[in-house]
Formats: sequence, structure tokens, C-alpha cells
Amino acid sequence: MPKVTINGREYEVPAGITVFQACELAGIEIPHFCYHPRLNIAGNCRMCLVEVEKSPKPVASCAMPVMDGMVIRTDTPMVHKARRGVLEFLLINHPLDCPICDQGGECDLQDLTLFYGPDHSRYRENKRAVADKYLGPLISTHMTRCIHCTRCIRFLTEVAGVPELGGINRGEHMEITNYIERALTSELQGNIIDLCPVGALNSKPYEYRARTWELRKTESVDVMDAVGSAIRVDSRGNEVMRILPRLHEEVNEEWISDRTRFAYDGLKYRRLDVPMVRRAGRLEEADWREAFRAIRDRLAGVPGERVAFIIGDLACLESMVLVRELAARLECPHVDSRQLGERLSGRVRVEHLFNPTIAGIERADLCLLVGTNPRWEAPLVNARLRKAWRLSGLEVARLGCPFDLTYPVDHLGDSPTILEAIADGSHPFARRLEKAERPLLILGTGAVARPDGAAILHLAWRIAERYGLVRDDWTGYGFLHHAAARPGALELGLVPAEGGRDVAAILEGAERGEIEVVFLLGADEIDATRLDGAFLVYLGTHGDRAAPHADVILPGAAYTEKNATWVNTEGRPQRGRLAVFPPGEAREDWKILRALSEALGRTVPLDNLGQVRARMAEINPALSLVDAISPAAWEPFGSPGPVQDEPFVSPIRDFYLTNPITRASRTMQRCSREILHGEPAAEEAEVA
Amino acid sequence: MLQDRDRIFTNLYGEQPWQLEAARRRGDWDGTRELILKGREWIVQQIKDSGLRGRGGAGFPTSLKWSFMPKTSDGGPVYLVVNADESEPGTCKDREILRHEPHKLLEGVVLAGAAMGCTHCYIYVRGEFVREAQVLEAAVQEAYEAGLIGRNACGSGYDIEVVVHRGAGAYICGEETGLLESLEGKKGQPRLKPPFPAQVGLYGRPTTVNNVETIAVVPTILRRGADWFAGLGRPNNTGTKIFCISGHVNQPCTVEEEMGIPLRELIEKHAGGVRGGWDNLLAVIPGGSSVPLIPKSVCDTVRMDFDALREAGSGLGTAGVIVMDRSTDIVKAIARLSRFYMHESCGQCTPCREGTGWLWRMMERLVRGEAEIEEIDQLWDVTKQIEGHTICALGDAAAWPVQGLIRHFRDELERRIRERKRRQAA
Repeated sequence: MPKVTINGREYEVPAGITVFQACELAGIEIPHFCYHPRLNIAGNCRMCLVEVEKSPKPVASCAMPVMDGMVIRTDTPMVHKARRGVLEFLLINHPLDCPICDQGGECDLQDLTLFYGPDHSRYRENKRAVADKYLGPLISTHMTRCIHCTRCIRFLTEVAGVPELGGINRGEHMEITNYIERALTSELQGNIIDLCPVGALNSKPYEYRARTWELRKTESVDVMDAVGSAIRVDSRGNEVMRILPRLHEEVNEEWISDRTRFAYDGLKYRRLDVPMVRRAGRLEEADWREAFRAIRDRLAGVPGERVAFIIGDLACLESMVLVRELAARLECPHVDSRQLGERLSGRVRVEHLFNPTIAGIERADLCLLVGTNPRWEAPLVNARLRKAWRLSGLEVARLGCPFDLTYPVDHLGDSPTILEAIADGSHPFARRLEKAERPLLILGTGAVARPDGAAILHLAWRIAERYGLVRDDWTGYGFLHHAAARPGALELGLVPAEGGRDVAAILEGAERGEIEVVFLLGADEIDATRLDGAFLVYLGTHGDRAAPHADVILPGAAYTEKNATWVNTEGRPQRGRLAVFPPGEAREDWKILRALSEALGRTVPLDNLGQVRARMAEINPALSLVDAISPAAWEPFGSPGPVQDEPFVSPIRDFYLTNPITRASRTMQRCSREILHGEPAAEEAEVA
Repeated sequence: MLQDRDRIFTNLYGEQPWQLEAARRRGDWDGTRELILKGREWIVQQIKDSGLRGRGGAGFPTSLKWSFMPKTSDGGPVYLVVNADESEPGTCKDREILRHEPHKLLEGVVLAGAAMGCTHCYIYVRGEFVREAQVLEAAVQEAYEAGLIGRNACGSGYDIEVVVHRGAGAYICGEETGLLESLEGKKGQPRLKPPFPAQVGLYGRPTTVNNVETIAVVPTILRRGADWFAGLGRPNNTGTKIFCISGHVNQPCTVEEEMGIPLRELIEKHAGGVRGGWDNLLAVIPGGSSVPLIPKSVCDTVRMDFDALREAGSGLGTAGVIVMDRSTDIVKAIARLSRFYMHESCGQCTPCREGTGWLWRMMERLVRGEAEIEEIDQLWDVTKQIEGHTICALGDAAAWPVQGLIRHFRDELERRIRERKRRQAA
């Protein structure tokens, strides 16, 4: 370990780090703009200059590796002068529009100028103005404010793998642009707003809506996909103003997908905010008592086997516990959470969890994706795969779902028969699996949401066994969910009991009149028209696909409106927190179900959140350990059987419109139209 | 004064054909095989003993640069890149070599390549040098056909492939790492150092970038011996150098001379003297636009070599001598240089991107005297904020001419400001 002296004190630092990192370890802050620990070093802002003994010029600490015996000073007149000089240069062409700039209050340039900058301007010439660029419906630009740190270029090129931004022209005419001025196509593009150290790149939907100091910040967890990204919900009054990422190295690092970041306006539109009951064919507003009475009247005398529960993609654990308890008291065996008909048993934990963990992807050296498009189903898992490919040479192969994943992928074909051939060892890919140190097999929903899903799961198990995917220190099999509720539902065992019906059978039963009452817990991905024959109770947040078919609507709380738990695809329980209150009469889902159970005379004796969570821990102790992964034991899963020669298909057809919230979001609708369907850019006025 | 027998570039003026046959008559490609077979250590030692310093402007000892290259091969490619992107204002020496002495360069490529174990050589030619690139390409073709380069170059068993690459005319692509970026097909922006090109250069492989003149003098040094070269000039500033004399002289010219020749002698012997006589001299920029000017008082005695000019507060640079007589508007001349650097700044790092434009705008005002006296100090301060704070040397190059102006012609700047104020008052 090299020894360095920083400001007169000696430190021992790890070899291979930079002077900047050494100073950080020593607790000395070095101002910087272009440096970012997760991006390549650019060294272009020159703000991090420090003095190094024997070097005649100040050196850029972000780019200089430490050497043994280095004597570094960060507090000399030379360093202060260099910092002041750089800030003066950055400010001469930077507009002084802080009062109307969205970055104001959280701006690196503002903060550093306050601490290190000059107190007045010596610049008497005209300032530069730069034409703004059109980057799509998510990011607004004020390019005059740009300080050319190139973080946005580096993020899109390195992390997102969509190199759509670059610098054109030289010298003071340099501009950051995508040149053709069309919407960026990355599903991680929102992160460049956070990366931009000034107000050049702003969130278009949030722009001019609030000032940062007015916002109440609530740490929570995302439900737009099953990654469970750590987020911060910024709200003002009872309105969510924006969503930002929080640091969680194991899950989302510091990035979030655009769905996570921009779908929040969907929380305002099409909301169910009052209970409704269908009277004479029309849904009419009602109060809670009337709604419950309507359900009680319809349920009277209906045996449990003629009732069914279907759980949607966004449900929290607490509400699912209540569903489980209520179904048990109604003696109803037909409870299913697998909306798309996934053939996951829910009985073998290792089968439905992403066992290698998201961070563990970085340790793999060969990956086979089966029936999944991670770029759309879990953008941050895809970013990890790309990171592993970029930094440690991960090789990726794929079966089905052809799509540009932003890194080279060996497309083996679309048919499950190839998986069979790999399991038999007759496919050439088998040789690569044999040779790999840490092979990784990832199954997606598209691999199991099909009639032969159980056979495919069994093939996956056989491959894992045959090629040593599972060892003491490595579980090379993972199931990648696309819906936030699914892993938690399976952890709670919300699959049909013995003799119970799955989703397809419930729909069929409703059509045949064998199922009389169906409860939907935010389930909108099923064909609700097939439930018209049954009495439909919809508990959810949005008037989306299923609600119009309901006979009773119970307005629930969205993910930002309740204290609740979700389990991500790794099996990691995480707590979301209430940031704003549910609109109107809407209530937290578990409370609604608790009240309903009482109205039905089948009281579930869980009276507060603590009791609900205690019951949750009884059902599955792993769920009580917040933010901890309880590894699943390796057991056989799936069932042997023939596979069909049908190509794998990803469950997501439109990245921006995947659940009731995103479908209600105007931002997401616009993204879908413009980015995916190539419609011309909407007028600016339309957004505002 | 350099004697004809010590001249390296005997066809600098193109009086003879550039082709291989004529080049051979001038002594090129003579015994190259034997020189290669003496081994890389011998070549590097000879260059070290000769005291050759890089002719591109910085004057870095060539043998030292070569010694940074890996001594043993890992089987991958090792690159020699010849910097023929000659764009320094006032400089036109590499151009003469390219069009009249291309075989000297190519022989130098083979010998320098052999000294560093290079497998490939790229010659990056300035985009505007259309004819020169054509000549060079034809010369490369000739040399390939004659078996002098390529596989088994000169029958020595050493393989080197030579590729001529044409730039697109950006000054910054003459900076060695900017050149490498451009060669890789990227935007010409200098790289951070470390790592130096000798470790991580072109396509991430060990690379040495040398100026055309540096490489072209190598064969003659090896043939005539290090002692001969070291015997010319002064210690640490040895050998001959091509000087380009332009501006207010009677006969502007490019001429090979001994290092350390007095500036006055250089101008009077070769360029026919300053227009209107030596006393009509105002100032000289001795090393291409990137070095500070020196006033007549310094010009009277200064010698033209790296160390002497550095002591005089300037530098030898590329030895592009720009002579300005008393008719020159010296402020306007330097303002024009400031505009050049603003235009050619790559825009990557802050001090240069923002500072060069500021310098030029202040200089433009100073030309007209539209400023306050204090702003001269501010201008000086701004140059100091650019100098040494940038990724590459373009920031320094933009700062130095302005610093030279303020150092030697502050009176003139103040006079203009006062005069304008007086005019306005009246």
C-alpha cells in the first residue's frame, strides 16, 4: 500500500487509486464537476487541481494515480488560485439565471462558487448563447448553462450503452448535442438530469413546477419493475412533484429507469378516489358502507369454491397478507398472483428468485438469457449486465426475445427446443457452459408464462445441475420478474391451493358461471371482459382496464401513498413510505380488506401494521428481514415434459405502458408515442 | 555557419527530383540494412550520444522518449507515429521534407522503428498538404516496391508497415495525443497524461509520436556518427535545424542551419536582412506562434537554440522565425494570434475553452485602446489562469504570446489606452 502525504499528514492508501480518491479517503473534499466515480475519467473541468510536490504545474487529481511517497497539498495559494480561476472561466459564459433555473438550490456550480469562487466578475465582454437542443419528451435543455463536463455523454455511452449524445465544434463553440434532435432512446436517459452539475439538462415534466427547498423528501422504493430501485419521492402539499434515485449499491447503484422517474404524473390522472357500486348497469358513487354491503349481499350464500382472488402487479405485501387471510376465512382456494399464467409453483423459493443477486451479475463470466428482454423488463439489471460485459468481459447469449440489449449478445435462437438441446449437451453452447467459471442462467417471465412453462423450468433445473451452475459460493440460476408484486406474492405462497384454479381457470370458470364472485387486487393485465359474467370487485388505484367491468370499486392507495413492503426479484423485502395521502376516499389497501372482512363477518384479526407484518413473518420469516436477502435452498423445480416449438415472447410490448400508473401518465404516453412509435415530436405547448 | 558538407537535407529546395533514384544518389537508403542489423540498443545509444532533441517544438530528448517504449515484445502491435500535421503559424519545414526529401523520412521511419521494435508506422499528414501527401504516398509506394519498407525491410529481416494518413486540418491534431485520437477516428481532443503514449497510445498500444524532422535526421546521424552531430551546435543543443524565416525580411526562406546560430546572423545571411535594415527591427517571434516574442534588444545577441531562447524568456519551438519591423502593429499581430488559438482550442477543458476567447476579446479591445490601464494586469492574470492549468499545451501556447507582448510592449498598450481617452475627452 503506497504511503502518501496529504496536507502534511501521512496516509496509507490502496494502490491504483487516484489522488482524488486518496484525498476523499483522507476526508478532504476536492471540488469537481466532470469527475464521477461511475463514469470514465474525463479530466476536463480542471476544478480538482491540486499541488503535488516535484510537479511544476498543478495536477488534475481525478486523473492522476497515487504513487508511493507522493506529497499532495490541497490548501496552498496555488490550489486556491487555480480553483478560483477555473470557476471564473466557467462563470464568464454561464448565465446568471439562478433565480429561474430548476437546478437552483441543488447546483454544483452554485455551491462551489460559494465556497471557492470569486466574489465578482471581471468579464466585460458579451456572453455566449447556445441554441437549446431537443432531446425528447423527458429532458429539457438550456445549453447556454452547459459547462461541458461531458458527464451526460459518458453516461449514455458507457452506462446506458446508447451513444446518442456527443460534442460538436471546437473551442468555445463546442456544443453537446444529439445532432439530429430527435428523442433520446435510452430508457435510462433521465439519469443525465441528475448527473448534470448545472441546469443545462432538466426534467421536462418537472420544469418550473417547484423549487427544491419547497419539497418534502420521502425515502421509498420503486414498484415500476421488480428491481425495487431505491427512490426518493419529493412532494409538495399532497402532490408528488418528482422522483429521484437513492443510492443502493446492491440494487440500482445510483440510477433509475425512466419509468421509475417519470411515471409519477400517472398518480394524478384516472384515479379511483371514491367507492363505487354498479346500480342498474351504471357505476355510481357510494360510500364505504354501501360498497361493503353490496359485496356482503352478493357473497351471501356463495360457497368459497365459487369465489376467486387475482392479485395485480403493484400489490404490496401487507395487502396480500390480508387477501391470504380473507380467502382462507372464505374457504376460497382460488387465489392466484400469476396474472400472465406463469408456471412458477410458488413452493420452491429458489425457482422464483433471482438467486445470484443483481450485484452478483458482476461476478459471472457467461450468461444465458431465456425468454426475457432485460432492457425493458428490468432496465437496471440490463445496466448491470452491460457493466459486467464492459468491465469484466461477461459473455451473454440469449434464447428468444431478440432486442438490442446495448451489448453484444449471441442469439442462439427463439425456440425452447434449443434449451432442450443445451440440457442434453448436444448444442454447441453446452461446451461454453462447461468451460465457464461462473455461468449464469436467467429465466424471464416470457420463458414460463406459456403452457410448457413447467417443462422449461425443469430444463433450467437440469442445466443448472448438469453444468455446475450451483456451488457453495455461487448460484447461477435466477428468475427475473418484471412485476413488482410477483416475487412477494410467491414468497407469500399466493398460488392456488390444492384443487384451486389459476388465473386462466378463474377466467374460464367465470365465463362458465362456475365462479360467481371475483376480487381483483389491482389486476389489470388480464382480459377483464371475460369476467363480465361474475360479480367483480376491483380494489385498486386507477380506472384502467379492469375497473370499468367492476360491480364494486374500492379505491386503494398507490405506492407513494402508503407504508408498505415489496419484495424485489432477488427476494429482498424493502419498505416504501407514505409520501402523500391517498386521494379522496381512497384508503390503504390492507385497511380496506380488514374492514371488508369485518363487514363480511369473517374478521381478520389484524388491527394495525405491526400485526400485519407479524403475520407476514409467520407466513415467511424471510419477509421480516428488511433489505436482507435470505438465500433460497437449492431444490428441484419444474416438471419434466415436452416443450413446444413456439418462440419465447417478452411480456412487455411497450416499455412505457406497463401498469395502471404508467398508462395513466401523460409523460409515459408521450414517450411511447414518440420514442417507440416514431410519432413526430409534440408541440411544447401540449406538454405544459 | 553551417558548411555544405554538414548539410543533412541536401534537396530542401527541390532542385533535384524527390524520387528514390535521386534520393539514393544523395545518399539515402545507403547501408540501411547494416544500420538495422547493429541492433536497437546501438541505434538508441547513437541517438543518445548525438544529443538529438525533438524538432516538433518541445525539444524533448529523442533517445529518452524512445527508451520509454517496452523493451520486449508481447506479440502485439507497437506503433511509430510520425507527426506531419505541421500547422504552427510561421513554420514550413516538415512540408519541405515531405515534398522534396520523403525518402529521408521513410528511411528514418525504418531505423527509428527498428530502434523501438515498431510493427507499424502511421504518418499523419496535415489535411491541407495535398501535393505533399501525394508525393509521400508515391514515395511509400516506391519504397515498398524496392523492398525498403514492409516485410523484411531492406533485407534486414525487420518488418514494418507504413501507412500515410491524412488529417482534416485541425491544429489540435498536431498535439501528440490529439493526433492519436484523430487517427483512431475520434474527435481530435488531447488525452490525459499519464498514461503516456509509450504505455497506452494508439489503439491502447505502446506508441511513440515523433516530428517529421526528428525522424528524417536519424539516418544521417547513424551514418555519419553521433560525434559528428554532437559536434555541431552547443552542448545540449546539438546538430542542425531547419529554420523558417518569414515576415519583414527581404528574402523569406526555409534554411538548414547549425543550432545556436545567432538570430541576427541567421536573418542577415539567409533572409537578406530585415526590411529597412536591422535597426528597423521591432520584434521577433523566434519559434512559431506559440512562444513569446522577443524585442530587438534581445534579438541583437540571442542565439537560436533551446536553452539560449529559454533564458531569453522565449523558446525555440519549431524554429519558425517571424520577423516584425517597426511598421508592425504589434498589438494587432498578437491579437491575431489570440484569435487563432481561440479558433483552434478543442473545447475540452475549461481554462482553454473559455480563456482563449476572453483573451482574444480583450486583445481586440486593446488594439483600439478601448480598455482601462488596470485591464492589462487583468489580461496578464487571465493568461496566468490558463497557463499550466490545461490538459495539453495549447493553453500555454495561447497565453505566452500575450505574456510576451505585455512583458515587452506594455508601454505601447498603455499609450493606446491613454490616447483613446484623450481623443474621447477632446
